[in-house]
Amino acid sequence: MTETVTVRVQRYRPEEDQEPWAQSFEVPYSEDLSILDALNQIKDQQDPTLSHRWSCRMAICGSCGVMINGEPRLACKTFLRDYRGKDALEVRALDNFPIERDLVSDISGFIDHLETVQPWLIRSDEQPVSAGAYRQTPEQMQRYAAFSQCINCGLCYAACPQFGRDPAFLGPAALTLAQRYNLDSRDEGASQRMNWLNAEAGVWSCTFVGYCSQVCPKDVDPAAAINQGKVASDINYAVNLFNILRGKDDA
Amino acid sequence: MRRSHEPIAWSLFGAGGMLLAFIGPGLVLATALLPWLAAHDPVATHAAVGALLAHPLGKLLVLACVVLPLFHTLHRIYHSLHDLHLRAPRRLMQLLCYGGATLLSGVTAWWLLLI
Repeated sequence: MTETVTVRVQRYRPEEDQEPWAQSFEVPYSEDLSILDALNQIKDQQDPTLSHRWSCRMAICGSCGVMINGEPRLACKTFLRDYRGKDALEVRALDNFPIERDLVSDISGFIDHLETVQPWLIRSDEQPVSAGAYRQTPEQMQRYAAFSQCINCGLCYAACPQFGRDPAFLGPAALTLAQRYNLDSRDEGASQRMNWLNAEAGVWSCTFVGYCSQVCPKDVDPAAAINQGKVASDINYAVNLFNILRGKDDA
Repeated sequence: MRRSHEPIAWSLFGAGGMLLAFIGPGLVLATALLPWLAAHDPVATHAAVGALLAHPLGKLLVLACVVLPLFHTLHRIYHSLHDLHLRAPRRLMQLLCYGGATLLSGVTAWWLLLI
């Protein structure tokens, strides 16, 4: 007989459910079956009404973030074999976000935060396209390369207790993105982004819990980026204080 | 966006952390263990500590060694209590933690000046 695994999947259909509940499905066990494969199998063969997000199946698109046994993970990068012998395998929508349907979270607040930090190259004078690309040495690229690996999956927001308590907090990915552009030698927009970083909802809501860096599937280390942002904001505060003492306006 | 004043607390926290990391173990050794283990003459030890505290630089060193770790510790406690979901008014907790650290720093400075 084929070995099966019980997967408890969170269901929530706003038109008929008052609150989320768990439904159990039996999935044939296989060594190389990912949680995403299991969810697709449930949807294809057992219950076509199950809703979940996914696309690339290889940890690039960042769509399939879910809570697996209470831990934020990419369903495509997590395998049934990792839970073999465990009492339960429970999949639910990402923590700290409103649930739209079943495993689908409403991540619009997170997307807004990403846009807030102006994650693009800001230049005081744009050079014409004919002048070619803005050039950069490998050393200059190395300064921000790790922070540019983010795939916007939102796992760090599901992990962050501060974002859970105050959704106004810009959060790990947005602050990392701000730091990524502030460290880019081609960028001249740090002073604009610092206004957001300097605020309570910027770097200063972080209490360095560090869970964001543990759950990041691309080893981006948002906690380190935020701490670098704190140093930058600290220096900015001191410079601003000095300017005020010299009679200049508060920036 | 309004600028947060957290950098003041964070700078003191950072300075206290650095100080503890670099000279904390040495301080424990010099002030708590060595007088018991190595120094056999309590009068001479007392005189040596007294000489350190009599010098302005000695006073400054002791002040830094007390004040910065105080701010470091109370800053961490303040944020940890928030992380532990302590239901207390934010302003009151700030007053207790940072006010407490400021008060104890003042008492330390006053005491050092009296020596």
